[in-house]
Amino acid sequence: MSLESMLIVAAILFCIGLYGALARSNVIAVLMSIELMFNGVNLTFVALSRYVVPQAIQDNIASVLTGQVFAVFIITVAAAEIALGLGIVFAMYRSTETVNLTEAAQLRY
Amino acid sequence: MLFQDVVFWVLAIVAIGAALGVVVIRDLFRSALLLALVFIAVAGFFVLMSAEFLAVVQVLIYVGAISILFIFAVMLTSDVRRGNLPNRLQIPAVVLPALLLAAMVVTAVSTDWRLIPDSQQERVGLVQTQSVNVLSDSALEQAGVSSPEEMQEIQQAGIADLLISDFVLPFEVASVLLLAALIGALALARGREGT
Repeated sequence: MSLESMLIVAAILFCIGLYGALARSNVIAVLMSIELMFNGVNLTFVALSRYVVPQAIQDNIASVLTGQVFAVFIITVAAAEIALGLGIVFAMYRSTETVNLTEAAQLRY
Repeated sequence: MLFQDVVFWVLAIVAIGAALGVVVIRDLFRSALLLALVFIAVAGFFVLMSAEFLAVVQVLIYVGAISILFIFAVMLTSDVRRGNLPNRLQIPAVVLPALLLAAMVVTAVSTDWRLIPDSQQERVGLVQTQSVNVLSDSALEQAGVSSPEEMQEIQQAGIADLLISDFVLPFEVASVLLLAALIGALALARGREGT
């Protein structure tokens, strides 16, 4: 286990999520893919704060936790995003009877 | 060291395999369950990198709340039977992430990272563990920290302290965001006829 292998795993997770967000037509699947991308980013933050720290470590050792604080904020935002996103999905399902993105085209015309 | 490597590779295979399953499998319910597996594997990575607090938060919020929300969403929308169809963007959707992945891998491998020196690694691990468990003086002594100033410095480091000192503004903004999301989700879920 090294910094590079950790970063590569995180990058793979992020790219799988990106593929899912672009290539799927079900809204719920797209939201799941976005969660995958969030997790990739979180892993990157924590790995970098574990193995790489700028000179700040010399004056305050607590600064090695900065990456983890960022990850906490990302998790907060992800939770808020998913609550709202699923709310929108349900509203869309109520009005159009579908959760398929290619069929949700009311705003196009 | 060897044990950590084995755990790392097992977790990596589980995480990547499950993540592929999430985006490829057509049955949405199974993808939701696989997504929970990805979250658990990521929590394992956090433990490996001695970020125990984040691992706990990950299990509580992602595995406990977000996966359940997804399963609810899958079961409440009857489109499930049609499953997770691909759309017409297949080729750009493969090419773009592949290029991005190549770029990120090249960057990760070729960058000359300024790693924390091995002599400091131990202390960094201690600080990150300390953010969850308060380490006693004797535990620190066992880990090779002897000078009282150093002990105090490590014992005073913690995520909570950072959140209410250096990051107090984002912390407050996050609470406002959560409140806004709460009200927004309520308004969305209640629908129009209830007003």
